Amino acid sequence: MDQVFKQTTSAALKSRYDYCAGCGHGIAVRLVAEVIDELGLRGQTVGVLGVGCYSTNPVTFNFDCQFALHGRAPAMATAVKRLLPDRLVFTMQGDGDLAAIGTTEIVHAATRGERFTVLMLNNSNFGETGGHMAPTTVIGQRTPSTPNGRDPEIHGYPTRITEMLALLDGAKYVARVALDKPANIMRAKGAIKKAFEIQLSGQGFSMVEVLTACPSGWRLMPVESLKWMSEVQMKTYPIGELKVAAS
Amino acid sequence: MGQKLFMNCNRAIVEAAIQAGCRFFTGYPFTPATECLEQASHRLPAAGGVYLQAESEVSGINMLMGAATAGFRCMTATSGAGFALMQEGVSHMAGIAEVPCVIVNVMRGGPGFGNLAPTQSDYRLATRGGGPGDYRCLAFGPATVQEAVELTKLAFALADRYRTPAIILSDQMLAETTEAFDLGDPLPEEPVEKWWATTGCKGREPIYMGRPGKIYGPEAEYLSGNLTLNLIGLARADRDPDTFEAHMLRLAEKYRRIEAEEVRAETLYLDDAELAVVAFGTSARLIRPAIEHARSEGGRVGLFGPITLWPFPSRLIADASKRVREVLVVEMSMGQLVDDVRLAVNGRVPVHLFSTLGGVVPRPETVGREIRQILGLVTTDSRA
Repeated sequence: MDQVFKQTTSAALKSRYDYCAGCGHGIAVRLVAEVIDELGLRGQTVGVLGVGCYSTNPVTFNFDCQFALHGRAPAMATAVKRLLPDRLVFTMQGDGDLAAIGTTEIVHAATRGERFTVLMLNNSNFGETGGHMAPTTVIGQRTPSTPNGRDPEIHGYPTRITEMLALLDGAKYVARVALDKPANIMRAKGAIKKAFEIQLSGQGFSMVEVLTACPSGWRLMPVESLKWMSEVQMKTYPIGELKVAAS
Repeated sequence: MGQKLFMNCNRAIVEAAIQAGCRFFTGYPFTPATECLEQASHRLPAAGGVYLQAESEVSGINMLMGAATAGFRCMTATSGAGFALMQEGVSHMAGIAEVPCVIVNVMRGGPGFGNLAPTQSDYRLATRGGGPGDYRCLAFGPATVQEAVELTKLAFALADRYRTPAIILSDQMLAETTEAFDLGDPLPEEPVEKWWATTGCKGREPIYMGRPGKIYGPEAEYLSGNLTLNLIGLARADRDPDTFEAHMLRLAEKYRRIEAEEVRAETLYLDDAELAVVAFGTSARLIRPAIEHARSEGGRVGLFGPITLWPFPSRLIADASKRVREVLVVEMSMGQLVDDVRLAVNGRVPVHLFSTLGGVVPRPETVGREIRQILGLVTTDSRA
């Protein structure tokens, strides 16, 4: 019988699978692990994890990781990459972590052209605290802290931080991908691999924003949440490569 | 004997750090600490290290956390408000990640942005911590450039040994004091094996740093990370190899060990003293002439100078308080050091406070008057 699925080496299920049903984070972790396996760099990788569901569930990455304070992963990764320039260094951060409390760190890391990769999991809310409004929450989205939906008059507009970062000279590869259907998941993997390769070639800062479903936070069933991602979230956050610098 | 150099304390501390194997320096310009950045900006790269100016003190301390967690000796320098901004990171490095670093706080006037003149009013911030939760940091109070150089090297060694941040409490006056010093010998490159450094898991099991855990290293087991469940007491034994309580008890045990083994202090004329003057850093240096003068008049006064501000030399001060009649604390703050001295003396003898504020330093003549009054010496027209 042919083997059609196996665990990656760079990520392993160590205890229980703790993500909510339909959560996209497990897919994102899996894609990163597949890419690192394919590059053969598990032993030279240092991951810097921000604060969110992806870091508070049992550790699934099977390589060295540092845990950062909320929003500060790019500062930690800056030091690690400068001191260990031949390692593959990436941060995994949420949209709350990166686009709210961590805006200073991410902007300056990109400005300096730090040679690590940022993976921002955007589920348009603070999933870990219970689905509260994040800078990325879209207009009209109901959350426990925007019970009548996000109103730009009161709460301001969604932050398209990835578009902002793409403007910076130090950023060499910036893309947004979505984990809503198999074709897009394969594209997401390609973008992550490209971002890592840009890093390894020493060109500069690379970043992939990954739209991930959060059925619990969005108060939707898993299948409905994938539909909401395609029909609502992706209207505010269109997917595609935002910047590909000539090498 | 090492290299003889002549420079101010800010620059000397950076030279000592390089001598101690520091390979990463970050900071944000903040008077009166900025000369540390200037010195590091060319000296670190020359020594094969990395210098990087941070976009804020918050970023700076987190860069330090990254460097430390990757196993590199690292340093930052700042002053008052900048040090306050670093406190969350310091708390995490001390109490959760347990990684070593050295932080220089060149104290200036506070509260708030204060002014640029020397004070010792960050004593409490350094010895009690301003970050969340229960934790301690090593804190040193040098009085001269030579002491600052020696304590910087000691700070790196002890920070490594105990995997904890160490703080050098300098001040504006010491920082700008230019004098000769002996740089001494380099510390061994890696006296403590950093098997916990996250440098890539080639040839070993992966390491996760920055989470409380039972043990670190190859067989590490960590709290699953579901700290929320842990903190509200719902941790599950089958998922969590350890509780947060166990982590904190281990931390408390480490702090007891540091308190037992790493206290450092100096004394002067204390053997026959009736009055013990307690002061550290610039205060201790400035009042020495007053003590010498009082001795020359027959006054039985001695100096007790804490060198480690944490661990505080409580037992040594308690012992001294059994032999003296009175204690005088001299500090450039509103009554911070005196709290620790009073706890140590525990009511055995009166403890007086001589405090200067707002950038005013204790002068030998004013402190001298206080000393002579306490000792009951006839105050003629003597001048210190």
